[in-house]
Amino acid sequence: MTMRLCLSGVGKTFTMHLQGGVAIPVLHGVELAVAEGECVALTGPSGAGKSTVLRMIYGNYVTDEGQILVVDGERIVDMAAAAPRRVLDLRRRTISYVSQFLRAVPRVAAIDVVSEPLRALGTSAADARDRAATLLQRLNLPERLWTLPPATFSGGEQQRVNIARGLIAEHPILILDEPTASLDAQNRDVVVELINERKKAGVAMLGIFHDADVRDAVCDRSVDIRAFA
Amino acid sequence: MPHHTSLDNDTPLLRASGVSRFYGSRIGCHDVSFELWPGEVLAIVGESGSGKTTLLNCLSGRLTPTAGVVEYRMRDGTVRGIFSMSEAERRFLARTDWGFVHQDARDGLRMTVSAGGNVGERLMAVGARNYGAIRGEALDWLERVEIAADRVDDRPDTFSGGMRQRLQIARNLVTGPRLVFMDEPTSGLDVSVQARLLDLLRGLVADLGLAAIVVTHDLAVARMISHRLMVMRGGEVIETGLTDQVLDDPRSAYAQLLVASVLQP
Repeated sequence: MTMRLCLSGVGKTFTMHLQGGVAIPVLHGVELAVAEGECVALTGPSGAGKSTVLRMIYGNYVTDEGQILVVDGERIVDMAAAAPRRVLDLRRRTISYVSQFLRAVPRVAAIDVVSEPLRALGTSAADARDRAATLLQRLNLPERLWTLPPATFSGGEQQRVNIARGLIAEHPILILDEPTASLDAQNRDVVVELINERKKAGVAMLGIFHDADVRDAVCDRSVDIRAFA
Repeated sequence: MPHHTSLDNDTPLLRASGVSRFYGSRIGCHDVSFELWPGEVLAIVGESGSGKTTLLNCLSGRLTPTAGVVEYRMRDGTVRGIFSMSEAERRFLARTDWGFVHQDARDGLRMTVSAGGNVGERLMAVGARNYGAIRGEALDWLERVEIAADRVDDRPDTFSGGMRQRLQIARNLVTGPRLVFMDEPTSGLDVSVQARLLDLLRGLVADLGLAAIVVTHDLAVARMISHRLMVMRGGEVIETGLTDQVLDDPRSAYAQLLVASVLQP
């Protein structure tokens, strides 16, 4: 098994300056590795730091301690220490993150929100839209919504746009924060299918899945975050 | 973005080292250092008086720093200190390879010249002489910034605020600059007009692979158009990093206060 992602000694403390500088240690000594074609679930109660781990891996949160090693072709990059433009480059080519909520950009149509990661890799607008259309179709997003900005969509519709955006560029590492939380059973099954296809294609995945059925259907093993409190 | 270039063997487009500007004993900006690469958009945020506009003016050669160096990589690959070149060279650079989008479009446009003339004038400044080609290019750019072709002969003083700002952007981008400075480009506009302009800017910056330095007091604007963020206060850089990282995990007391003070609709 080829390792794709490896966390070692990772720790995080939030310092709340607006509350008199109180320091809240959230995580300490996180050890975790994800191999090619493997899907690992992070488990534990709310507030234990599951999303924090995902955000540190994506470079969205600062990592205070330890290393987050990402295999990027021939190179290994430590996300915890990487310069901003290195992080941006990895997000463009190597690592995708499906967050719980879509941060919609005004005026941009759903299909273009989904196409954007492919466009950023140099794919033509027409080809990127074709790929986006295929994904949105599979995710049962009504075609009449494709040309509308997703800001006014329902939670479930926004989540499907978000999933399509996270999957379209077929990056080798995928981070998933409750990808099925707002979906009905039918669409949940589609997402499970898509995730399993990506696993077969060798994508390394780490995610939070509160739905036990989804977790059982896609994950190879679980890591309880409370081990690193 | 220059997606296909390797990160390892390129050099920054602009490098600021220890840039300071004092007004007598008062600090405009103090000891600012950073590097900007092609295709990157850097937002400088802070409240009024934080020194962000002073810094922007120093970086763009409009104001001479009291101390420090601003270096720019020219099209031929040589790196030049922008304050060690002659005034004429610096002005040529500003006219050709740089753009400057002012908060008030009246500072960046000639209000008594037609829209087409405003765009064509920049082209003529870089040596274009063929009237048909200039007009064609101007029309093309007006279309890209969503100004109808039948307004090309109208003067910008007949335009709305949003249209003027879009015209100012066309005037700046027509010469194919590699770096654009923007000073509060969307403030003073209605929210819907602002969204349209931001969307347009985002698209142009990505399509053209431009580097940009954008001064704004609006964190939502910074989130939408920038890759990197620099938070300033009292002339000092308080915090810097990836835009989403600084906004979602601010480290300093001041950045935490700024982020916590944003009204959510």
